[in-house]
Amino acid sequence: MLKQSRETEDLAPAEEILERFGSVKSDDLIPLLQQVQKAYGYVPPDILGYLSEQTGIPTSRMYGVITFYAQFSLVPRGRHIVRSCSGTACHVRGAKAVREGISEELGIPEGGTTEDRRFSLETVACVGTCFLAPVMMVNEQYFGLLTADKATSVLKAFE
Amino acid sequence: MTRVADPGELAALKTRLQEEGVGGGARIGVCATGCRAMGALELAQEFRDQLAAQGLDDDVSVVETGCHGQCARAPLVLVEPQGFLYGKIKTGDVADVIEKTVREGVPVERLCEQANGEAVPAMADIPFYKAQRKQVFRDCGKVDPKRFEDAIVRGTYQGVAKALTEMTPEEVISEVTDSGLRGRGGAGFPAGVKWGICRKVQGDEKFLVCNADEGDPGAFMDRALLEGVPHQVLEGMIIAAYAIGASRAFVYVRAEYPVAVEHATLAIEQARECGLLGQNILGSGFDLDIEVRMGAGAFICGEETALIASLEGERGMPRPRPPYPAQSGYLARPTTINNVETLANVGSIILGGEGSYSAIGTEGSKGTKVFALAGKVENTGLVEVPMGTTLRQIVFDVGGGVLGGLPFKAAQIGGPSGGCLPSEHLDLPIDYDSVKETGAIMGSGGLIVMDEETCMVDIARFFTEFVKDESCGKCSPCRIGTRHMFDILQRITEGEGEAGDVDRLVEIGEFVKEGSLCGLGQTAANPTLSTIRYFRDEYEAHINDGACPARMCKDLIKVWIDPAKCVGCRVCLTVCPTEAITGGKKLIHIIDQDACTQCAECYLVCPPKLDAIVKLTGREARELESLPAPVLYTEWRQKVGAAAGQPSEAEVE
Repeated sequence: MLKQSRETEDLAPAEEILERFGSVKSDDLIPLLQQVQKAYGYVPPDILGYLSEQTGIPTSRMYGVITFYAQFSLVPRGRHIVRSCSGTACHVRGAKAVREGISEELGIPEGGTTEDRRFSLETVACVGTCFLAPVMMVNEQYFGLLTADKATSVLKAFE
Repeated sequence: MTRVADPGELAALKTRLQEEGVGGGARIGVCATGCRAMGALELAQEFRDQLAAQGLDDDVSVVETGCHGQCARAPLVLVEPQGFLYGKIKTGDVADVIEKTVREGVPVERLCEQANGEAVPAMADIPFYKAQRKQVFRDCGKVDPKRFEDAIVRGTYQGVAKALTEMTPEEVISEVTDSGLRGRGGAGFPAGVKWGICRKVQGDEKFLVCNADEGDPGAFMDRALLEGVPHQVLEGMIIAAYAIGASRAFVYVRAEYPVAVEHATLAIEQARECGLLGQNILGSGFDLDIEVRMGAGAFICGEETALIASLEGERGMPRPRPPYPAQSGYLARPTTINNVETLANVGSIILGGEGSYSAIGTEGSKGTKVFALAGKVENTGLVEVPMGTTLRQIVFDVGGGVLGGLPFKAAQIGGPSGGCLPSEHLDLPIDYDSVKETGAIMGSGGLIVMDEETCMVDIARFFTEFVKDESCGKCSPCRIGTRHMFDILQRITEGEGEAGDVDRLVEIGEFVKEGSLCGLGQTAANPTLSTIRYFRDEYEAHINDGACPARMCKDLIKVWIDPAKCVGCRVCLTVCPTEAITGGKKLIHIIDQDACTQCAECYLVCPPKLDAIVKLTGREARELESLPAPVLYTEWRQKVGAAAGQPSEAEVE
């Protein structure tokens, strides 16, 4: 499996990241995985073996960390990450309807990715812009005071 | 960038920058943090372009600042020296602002806050600000968080100079202890005492962590501080690290806060370049370096020991205490963890002396507290008031009251660890101890206002779902207890509640509270227990009558168009996502109950003067069939004649 994956998964970005770190200490694991996810768009399970060999951190521990934190994904995600806020303020101001509207428009459930990999839809506990509730983030951009209609029309601008 | 080698040079730099007019003069301060979501960056660019086109760019600077606080009017622009605060401003308004305010010094009234029908241009006169006392946030919105010089000119790092060169670590600790500063992250542990414990523990290497893992849904003050005044937070960190004897520190910040990450990272680089971080800071012999670490999306990592586990590259699971982090924290070394707001207070305490700080607040809670005001309130935003300010003052004087003038029902304080404060507690002076007595906790200061249309069972369900999802799973009371509580609450909101459910919730809740390992579990039941304490009748209405008094729980409501009020205007018909509404122009509309999903979009858009769409619950909803059948509006008008108060057809057109 590992051998095969090395042929399919490009290791160059991972190599580059490891080079930047120099010697990887045990407590560098989360920043390391964050950079891997940034480079690949997700954490490809196939490169964990390679990372483990290079760093001496067991893959089991990597899986443990990846599955614990909401930020990490082991499956490919869309080019644009839509994070619909489900915080308290958004909740009382109708975030659920917004989320359902986006979900319907994109044809994917929460946590899903569109077939063309254009969008992934996630929920987030709070993005800290409660005054603009209900809110969503597309990549690192915030959009506030949404309705289902407004949210779906915002998404049209992301190719 | 100028390196400052000692306090004298720092003071000289401040003086020089002042003389150069840095941070003063004519400025357009555009909030480029929270207001970004409302097009603030485009707005700032428009100001720059137009000022340049008019040859004013040398005289007037455009500054991208942190949060001004009154987020409800985003995007906000502060025009100095006039001090006019403009809100909901668009690029199309820029020309007027330059023409009227910049050139002539007069306000553009349409962009001003309106109070009692009059425009209030000056920020200082706006009721929202008048009722506040800005200490921690005094510079936020005034400085460019990306410019080191702006921070220096406002006196940031003067506290560092004093602490490092004029005081011993013990003196710093006793000053902060005497000030009465308590941890702003939620638990309210005295900050100076925390430092003192860590100071006394033997160890060659100690660590300081600034906890910016602000995960409470509904709180955003830490985000605003890191984004708006990052140097003020760093100042507090340097002093705290000096007090405990740490030479390395971390800012642990949520990945969901990209702007905070960016500004904190930049500020650290600037401080390093200038010699305020690194070796021998200000010639004191004290060394410190700070590193930014991003959280990876786990609420539990706001808990001290879980945060440490996360820093160590592990699953963020809490450990039993003792040993406390002060004894054995990051890499088993003595570690102090302070919240962002706590640290942001430190500089001015050291500079002004403990007396200046402890003069504000109540007996047991000193200083000010920042609240993130959100939910059903007019002035959503960040507000800073002295400890002991009443809930009424916060919600009504500062917050401008409940959205749309509706009656106040409750405020949820402290997020998923907190509880609700019902209207009977409106005159409660808010501080750590008084809030605790009500069964809530202050938490980090999230304050969500709720009106009569907010269902308290649904709120309990919402928070319990959150803690159930965020429970790390290590200890069973939290892992299993929150799951059961959620299942019961879910059932109640779906109309499947059973007799005895409320008592069962209390029993499990008390158990989760007592049996859980960490703060998350110990407080997880608070939202449920406190809503039961104050709104038990709502729970009972759900269970016994199948009714949601707030008309929020979808399974317990039916949306119905009152034929006596509907004029057939088609507004609701066009927004219905499931096309459940039938009818035509001047034909009274009817909702097909089988197709309706109770999303209530139609309820929101029905013109207020008609108010024809009603949410029914309980017996009314069940007996919907017996309500009057729809008829053609025109026919109905002929039959009943023009009813009093009913708009005529022409008006509706």
